[in-house]
Amino acid sequence: MKSSLNAQTIAAAALVAALLLLPAYSSLTGNIFILTLFTRIVILALAAVSLNLIMGYGGMMSFGHAAYLGIGGYAVGILAQEGIGSGYAQFAVALAASALFALVIGALSLRTRGVYFIMITLAFAQMAYYVASGLARYGGDDGLTIYKRSDFGGLVNLSDRVQFYYLCLACLLAVVFLIWRIVNSRFGLVVQGLRSNEQRMQAIGFASKRYKLVCFVIAGTLCGLAGALLANNTDFISPAVMYWTRSGDLMVMVILGGMGTLFGPVVGAVLYLVLEELLSQLTEYWALIMGPLLLLVVLFGRGGIMGLLGRLNRG
Amino acid sequence: MAEPLLRVDNLVRRFGGIVATDHVCLEVGRGELHAIIGPNGAGKTTLISQLTGHLAPHAGYIYLAGRDISRLPAYRRSALGLARSFQITSLLPDFTAADNVALAAQAHDGHSFRFFANARKEPQLRAAAHAALERVGLGHRADVPVVRLSHGEQRQLELAVALATRPQLLLLDEPMAGLGVTESASMVKLLSELRREVGIVLVEHDMEAVFALADRISVLVYGRIIASGTPEEIRKNDEVKRAYLGDQHVVVKHG
Amino acid sequence: MLLVVEQFLNGLQFGLLLFLLAAGLTLVFGIMDLVNLAHGSLYMMGAYFAATFVAWTGSFVLGALLALGATLLLGIVLELAALRHLYGRDHLDHVLATFGLILFFNEAVRLVWGPAGLALPLPSWLAFPVTIMPGIQYPAYRLAIIVVALLVALLLYLGVMRTRIGMLIRAGASNREMIGALGINIKLLYTLVFGLGAALAGLAGLMQAPILTVQIGMGENILILAFVVIVIGGIGSIRGAFIAAILIGLIDTLGRAFLPNLLRQILSSAAASTAAPAMSSMLIYLLMAIVLVVRPEGLFPASRR
Repeated sequence: MKSSLNAQTIAAAALVAALLLLPAYSSLTGNIFILTLFTRIVILALAAVSLNLIMGYGGMMSFGHAAYLGIGGYAVGILAQEGIGSGYAQFAVALAASALFALVIGALSLRTRGVYFIMITLAFAQMAYYVASGLARYGGDDGLTIYKRSDFGGLVNLSDRVQFYYLCLACLLAVVFLIWRIVNSRFGLVVQGLRSNEQRMQAIGFASKRYKLVCFVIAGTLCGLAGALLANNTDFISPAVMYWTRSGDLMVMVILGGMGTLFGPVVGAVLYLVLEELLSQLTEYWALIMGPLLLLVVLFGRGGIMGLLGRLNRG
Repeated sequence: MAEPLLRVDNLVRRFGGIVATDHVCLEVGRGELHAIIGPNGAGKTTLISQLTGHLAPHAGYIYLAGRDISRLPAYRRSALGLARSFQITSLLPDFTAADNVALAAQAHDGHSFRFFANARKEPQLRAAAHAALERVGLGHRADVPVVRLSHGEQRQLELAVALATRPQLLLLDEPMAGLGVTESASMVKLLSELRREVGIVLVEHDMEAVFALADRISVLVYGRIIASGTPEEIRKNDEVKRAYLGDQHVVVKHG
Repeated sequence: MLLVVEQFLNGLQFGLLLFLLAAGLTLVFGIMDLVNLAHGSLYMMGAYFAATFVAWTGSFVLGALLALGATLLLGIVLELAALRHLYGRDHLDHVLATFGLILFFNEAVRLVWGPAGLALPLPSWLAFPVTIMPGIQYPAYRLAIIVVALLVALLLYLGVMRTRIGMLIRAGASNREMIGALGINIKLLYTLVFGLGAALAGLAGLMQAPILTVQIGMGENILILAFVVIVIGGIGSIRGAFIAAILIGLIDTLGRAFLPNLLRQILSSAAASTAAPAMSSMLIYLLMAIVLVVRPEGLFPASRR
């Protein structure tokens, strides 16, 4: 709403710079692991950013967002299994399938509100999870190994670690840019107005559900992109990426970073996953620390990291 | 015979066993300011909510300029030129005053499925917003977030938002509620100017304002309209006096 | 016929367990307006406590009672230490904070009991089949679960409908501000309700323990089912939770048992055997989606708001 050229902007800029320079650091120090880790982080940040569009800006608390990770991933995996290696085809199907799924479950879920909405989105994601578990031809519960990454001809080689990282980062930054434009557009203002006061928006003439549904579909489609990238990153897709705790992880990233802020979810994803990594190196029982930490963030850190930085400005 | 701007025909709404709107009939002509008064709990807000489409009537019809709108959703009615202000101020709290009004202008500009261009930089939306804000005397507060506006300013902003949808008919639910003396006076002045441009249905407790402004007044008691007429006729009506003096504390002034 | 009766009883038993879990969840939800994802962890803790205490004492009943007390205590401590600070906050905050609690509990269990999981043997005095109808036998332990759960449901019903504290609970579920206005010690009431919910979850966990393995994450699957139950039943409604729980228990169990055969009639047997497990797992989510689409506030919405 206000222009915030300050601590938040600086933090975001520093983060983007660090992400851009990471491969250089990795090759200088010979630390390949950090590149692998951050490829995953960037992909999940993309998923979190897409969730933030509906959660932070649209006020729709979806607890089933990981479903799109699975749908995007299975689109890649199934097509690869069936001998269609073209990345263009795979990614197009991944996006289209996610959009369609979002359209159907959005149209049904948006009839409800509040906790009921949280729960019905969860239920639909669980359904997707069980459908995937039942795909015996594609590995069922055990998942599906992808033997060849998506083929984009000479454009970009997904099997090259650095190229793949930059592809993921480019997708992330492009999506953040897209969302920045969306939230300031006519459409975006309507969606944010609906979050703020739906009755008022109807009274001045907006058909609220239409806008929410379109927003829901955009978010789902963008997360499908993350799913397609994730499957390429792990060379593997299984129902586990759709399990409800994964949706919970995504929500945590968004809230941790700061809902309804442009870069908040990116910050949240980096922080959450790096913390998870560090703690798990420190102790096998990392969740013993992570769990209470989340509780403390909720109790004392309102508005997430970005909220904290925002308060820093105002002094 | 010209169709009135608003015609309400035998509207009925029940809540459980209580009939909150009991076969209400009402006509409001173009350029008319029609006030609805009545004791607390008479069903005034219930009636307004049915007119705007936030509450479905159980029977009866509502016509706007001859068109049956009884079953249309709120946003469609708004598109046809019906605007409302809320009894309890109902704005978008984290948006600025100008944003609130610009969104209303945008709603009636038609195209809101635009995803890329910055809506806050669209000149015609901003111009419409500033015009409406000037109209209600809030021009200088355009860029202030709603949460930091005073109560009186928020009431004025409610009106600006309603005006920005370029309505044929304005439904005002207690626009003076909670206003101080000076704020009330300027609201009365504003309404007396607006009535020349647009039909107004006014629900209000401030009798002084009602009798000063209204062309016609309908009195609602227990969901029924017991009297309808010019301020002069209403003042003289025995049934109205009984309804008010019998079970209400509000005294009809000048009466 | 034999199979139908047996599966029907299995479904009933599962439904009643779900009810024990859902009752606490719906009360906490209805009264404190708290979304508690960690409710499943209390179920898990009940099972772990029972496995431990039964091994210690050598007596199933004694161990179960100790486990029940321990879960009750754990619930109260949890409420006092963490959850009461979340009342009145956004649902999203609840989701995040209690999600953190799940991580914590799972990890704590792994630390204390190890990752392998425990087995709680059936009490020998219940490890025999009972002839319930001519030619139809059913395990005594499962019957005992049905009886105990029905008794608890009855007690809960009487407690909520007939006693003074039950009246407060009902009042709280339909109008939160009101009990505050009555001058009741709301904090104490909340703690008690939460403890009660925890004990019910623990009871469900410990009774289920001899049938399943006691393992990490056992609370998460069933928690989602319990949420499905309270959403279908209508948040805050005990009666709704009861009916929905039985419904879900029966549909899930009967679906798993008979859907494969049913599908085989329509599809080729290969296709049927691949589709059936997924479809029967989906059934209840499908039911929930249908209920919410038709009645967005559940079947028996508690009258409020």
